[in-house]
Amino acid sequence: MVVSSSSELGGSGCSASGCGSHSDALAHLPEAIRRKVQDHPCYSEQAHHHFARMHVAVAPACNIQCHYCNRKYDCANESRPGVVSELLTPDQAVRKVLAVAANIPQMTVLGIAGPGDPLANPERTFATFRKLTEQAPDIKLCVSTNGLALPQQIDELCRHNIDHVTITINCVDPDIGAEIYPWIFWNNRRIKGRKGAQILIEQQQKGLALLVARGILVKVNSVMIPGVNDQHLTEVSRVVKEKGAFLHNVMPLIAEPEHGTFYGVMGQRGPTHDELQALQDRCAGDMNMMRHCRQCRADAVGMLGEDRGAEFTLERVEEMTIDYPAAMVTRAAYQQQALATLAAQRQKSGEQAIALSSIGGRKAAPRPILMAVASSGGGVINQHFGHAHEFLIYEASATDVRFIGHRKVDPYCEGSSTCGEGEGALQRTLHALQGCEAVLCAKIGYEPWEALEQVGITPNGEYAMVPIEQAVAALYREMVAQGRADQRTTTTTLPLSA
Amino acid sequence: MAYQIVACCVNCWACEPLCPSRAIHAAQPHFLIDATRCSECDGEFADPQCASICPIEGAILDPEGNAANPPGSLTGIPPHRLPTVRAQIQAR
Repeated sequence: MVVSSSSELGGSGCSASGCGSHSDALAHLPEAIRRKVQDHPCYSEQAHHHFARMHVAVAPACNIQCHYCNRKYDCANESRPGVVSELLTPDQAVRKVLAVAANIPQMTVLGIAGPGDPLANPERTFATFRKLTEQAPDIKLCVSTNGLALPQQIDELCRHNIDHVTITINCVDPDIGAEIYPWIFWNNRRIKGRKGAQILIEQQQKGLALLVARGILVKVNSVMIPGVNDQHLTEVSRVVKEKGAFLHNVMPLIAEPEHGTFYGVMGQRGPTHDELQALQDRCAGDMNMMRHCRQCRADAVGMLGEDRGAEFTLERVEEMTIDYPAAMVTRAAYQQQALATLAAQRQKSGEQAIALSSIGGRKAAPRPILMAVASSGGGVINQHFGHAHEFLIYEASATDVRFIGHRKVDPYCEGSSTCGEGEGALQRTLHALQGCEAVLCAKIGYEPWEALEQVGITPNGEYAMVPIEQAVAALYREMVAQGRADQRTTTTTLPLSA
Repeated sequence: MAYQIVACCVNCWACEPLCPSRAIHAAQPHFLIDATRCSECDGEFADPQCASICPIEGAILDPEGNAANPPGSLTGIPPHRLPTVRAQIQAR
């Protein structure tokens, strides 16, 4: 158990921004809330290494238009919110959930997140929840909404044993809202521009307060849109925290012309890694920030960052025989084991924090270093460099190891047939890892090893199967000992001043 | 007379549950309005419901055959201003 009130240089290594080496932003929350989220991959950074989630696409209709959304949601290849392959009826959805739960014991959470707005499809959404409460009582239910219909659906929502709700709140200022939401559908009319945005904001804030009053945990999602709401989101963070939201997830805008969204077609850019991180850090003064969101599809299945949806198509699910009572026994055993592993890793990183704080007493404190990690789950370094679809980014400093975010990449090596043809992919990966000074992976080939070294990133395969935070801390200590974490010398800036 | 859904419909389902006459049904390649059932929401709502929630400009025609949501009406940007707005957005 970590105590948040201990002094900055105290034995637990607590710093102001995060506690010890716990990159989990929830470490300081009351025990009751931590217990609610400890196995929820979308709410707890540590849990997302061990537990999986799924979304069922039962809610197609939407009551607002967002400029980052294209209502033509049917696509197999895009991975972003609001996209699905097949729409399900509540009965089909329940069957799919049971099939996934029986086959993926780490799946603890079922969310409804579209592809439209769940609360704009109350019959389909609540029928699904009702049936699942009866047939799969061991699965947590959540819902993600734009908030417009939240106040009017709150009673029905509370009837379904839902203890997590996510509201997407991009602004609390209707002038900014008018730049993001061209219209809403409200009281049987379309309401455009600022007036519509104002109603949406009012309903979101009212819904947030109502949920908090009923003891439901609320996460707020915000899409960072450069030049539109990027400066404003610190204000949003402050307001939603004041109202009782317990976690804020600032996500980068996804906008490509081929997505057919207004922003994509008009050439609105998304934020850079640095802009996103800087904003998340600014908001973190006010609020618990979530940094591990993978912005998944409205029909995603599996661990965050992976999608096993193709294994559970309607056709395949129909053919499966499911003994759910038996599956519940297996699931409970697996989940208990995962929680024990998590607790052990937490214990280990607690010890790590003490060790790290001991290197802080030098004349000049070593500077923080960004490291990229290849992991396929379980909270340990266990993935081959060339097999990674994403790298987790950690910042190690004299006081703690903290999780910063993830960077998506195309795997350098997609198996024997394409191996060695991945030069373009390797270049893109190097670009994605900009700012990192080390890569921790289970194994790495000669060619990428050299390429990484050439751009000043140290490849490391020494910590295979070691818990991530422990490995990052250990490598950081090595780098400090080698003098590589000394404050940057002025050599690189000399040409500028000359 | 009736409203009509045409080819640029993206099958998003938004209109279907709103129709007071249950005149809209899912079909391929796109949703359809049963002309014999459509009441144009007359006496039910001030605005025709399908056309008030449809997110696609031009996907629903009014009884006169005109786009219920003409170009620029849903993005809020009239077509002649598109180049200017695009330049502003790209400068962000």
